[in-house]
Amino acid sequence: METLLEIKNICGGYSGETVINNVSLRIEKGDFAGIIGPNGSGKTTLLKLATRVLMPYRGSISLRGTPVAAIPLKAFCREVAFVPQDTVINFPFSVEEIVSMGRIPHLKRLQRQTQRDVAACSHAMAMTDTACLKDKMVNELSSGERQRVVIARALAQEPLLLLLDEPTSHLDIGHQIQIMDMLRTLNKDKGLTIAMILHDLNLASEYCNKLILLDKGTVYAQGSAEQVLTYQNIESVYHTVVVVSNNPINSKPYVILVSREAKKCRPHST
Amino acid sequence: MKASSLKYKIAFLIVLLLFSCALGISQGASAIPLQKLFAAENQPILYLRLLRIIIAATAGSGLAVSGVVLQAVLRNALAEPYLLGTSSGAGLAAVIAVIAGVPAIFLPPAAFTGAILSILLVYFLARERNRIAAQSLILSGVIISVALSAIIVFLISISGDETLHSMTWWLWGSFQVYDVRLLAVVTLIVACSIAVIFAFSQDLNAISLGEEEATHLGIDTESVKKILILLVSLITASLVCICGIIGFAGLIIPHMMRIFVGSNHKALIPASLFAAAAFMILCDALSRLIMPPLEIPIGVITALVGAPLFIFLLKKRQKV
Repeated sequence: METLLEIKNICGGYSGETVINNVSLRIEKGDFAGIIGPNGSGKTTLLKLATRVLMPYRGSISLRGTPVAAIPLKAFCREVAFVPQDTVINFPFSVEEIVSMGRIPHLKRLQRQTQRDVAACSHAMAMTDTACLKDKMVNELSSGERQRVVIARALAQEPLLLLLDEPTSHLDIGHQIQIMDMLRTLNKDKGLTIAMILHDLNLASEYCNKLILLDKGTVYAQGSAEQVLTYQNIESVYHTVVVVSNNPINSKPYVILVSREAKKCRPHST
Repeated sequence: MKASSLKYKIAFLIVLLLFSCALGISQGASAIPLQKLFAAENQPILYLRLLRIIIAATAGSGLAVSGVVLQAVLRNALAEPYLLGTSSGAGLAAVIAVIAGVPAIFLPPAAFTGAILSILLVYFLARERNRIAAQSLILSGVIISVALSAIIVFLISISGDETLHSMTWWLWGSFQVYDVRLLAVVTLIVACSIAVIFAFSQDLNAISLGEEEATHLGIDTESVKKILILLVSLITASLVCICGIIGFAGLIIPHMMRIFVGSNHKALIPASLFAAAAFMILCDALSRLIMPPLEIPIGVITALVGAPLFIFLLKKRQKV
C-alpha cells in the first residue's frame, strides 16, 4: 500500500509555543482516517502543519515520499485539499464562483478556465449535490449547504488527499450523516483518501478505518476503532467516565457518555 | 454572476464613463457650445478641461481600486484607501514644508515622502514575526492617522500663517492641475499599478475568503499581501500629491460595484475603475457648476454625494 502523507516526529505551534510535540503518523492511499482528541489537544494545529499553513519547528512531512518543503505550494495544493471547520464568507460570492476557486492551483495567473476546469467544477458540484445552488449567493445558504459548497471547492482541486476539520460540527444529525455518507462514497468509489478531525467518537467509529487519538499534542493511541476506542483510552484522555459498548448493527465500538448522577446509581453488576 | 450579463454591465459602465467625459468637456465656468469648443481660439480651454478629466479619472479609478484591494486583503468592507495613513502623512509633510518655506514645486515630492513614511510606520507597527495581521494593520493605521492629524492641526493653529489656510485644498482635494508632467507621471504610476493589481485578481478572490483559505488554494499569502499593500501605497501616495485627499470614492464605489457585479475581482476591478472614473468626473463637473466661477473642493462634493448614497446602501442592506 502506498503511503500518501507521512509525518515524522514533527513539533510545531504558534509564535514559538509548542502545541504539537513529536507526532508521527502515516496516511495510506485509500484511508479514511479520523483524528480525535479533546479540545486543545492539537488536532487543528496538526492539520495546519500538514497543509503548510504553519511551518513545523522540527521533523518532516512528506507527500508520496517527497518532502513537502521541496514541493511548490501550488503543486502541493493540486494534491492536497482542505475543508475548514466553519467558513464565514464576508463577501457576496456566488456558489459557482466559490467552487471555481478550487481551480486556482491548476491555473496560472490570469489564465482563463478551460473546458477541463469547468468540467471539474461541475463534477465537484454534482458529487456534493450543490449543482442546484450554483447561482445562489453563498451568504444566503444554510450551514449544511455552505459546508457542502466548501467541500465542492476542495473537490474541484481534484486532490488525492482531502483533509477536513470537523466538517459536521455545526450540523444536525441528518446533515451530519449526509456529509459523512458523501465522503464515504468519495472514498470507496473514487479512491479519494480522507483524513478528518472529528469530535463525535461514534461517527469516527462508524466511518473511519483508522483512528488517531491525540492528547496534549502527542499521539496517545492509533489504530482501528477497536484498538483506539477503549474505555481506558477515552477516560484517561477526556477525563470523563464512559461505557464502551458495541454498535448493534455493525458491532463497532460505541461510546456511551455517563453523567455524574448516572455514575452514582450505576448497577454494580456490570 | 453570469458572464453575459456581466459584459453588459461593464459595457454600461464604459458608456457612463464616456458620457461623463462628454459632460466634463462641455460644461464649465465659461459656457461655450460644444461645436465651438473645438475651434482654434478655444483650444486652451479644451486642453484644460481634458486635463481635469484625466486627473479626475486617474484619482477616481486609483482610489476605488485601492479600496477594493484593501477591503479584500483586510476582509473588511469598510476599509478605504487612506486607512494606511497616507492622507495624514502627506498632509503633515506638506504642512511642514509650507512652514519651512519650501518652494511650491517641492510640495508634491514632500507629500509623497510623507505618505510613504507614514505607510512604512503603519506597516512596521502592524508587523509581527514577518506577518501582517489584518486587525493590527487596521488598528495601527487608525492610530497613526489620528496622531498625525493632531500634529497637522497643532502646527496650523500655532503658525497663524496665511499660506497654511491655502492648504485646505490639500485636506479636501482639488483637481486643479499645477504641473502637467507630474500629472503624467502619476497617471502612469496609477495605470501600471492597477494593471498589476488586475493580474492578482484570482489571488484577491482567494484572499477575500481568508488568509488560510488562500494558502490552501496554493497562494503565498504573505508575499501577495505585501505586493498588494505596496501597490496601494504607491497609488494613494502619488494621488495625494496631485489632488490632495478625496474621501468616500475609495469606499463607496467598491461597495456599489460589489452589489452591481458581485465580488469576483476579475469583474469588480474593471467595474470599480470605470465607475469611479465616471463618478469623479461628474463630481468635478458639479464642483465647477454649483457656484461658478467659484470651485467647491472636490472632497466636499464626494462626501455630500457619497454619504447619503452610503447610508441608503447600508439601510437597504440591513433590510435584507
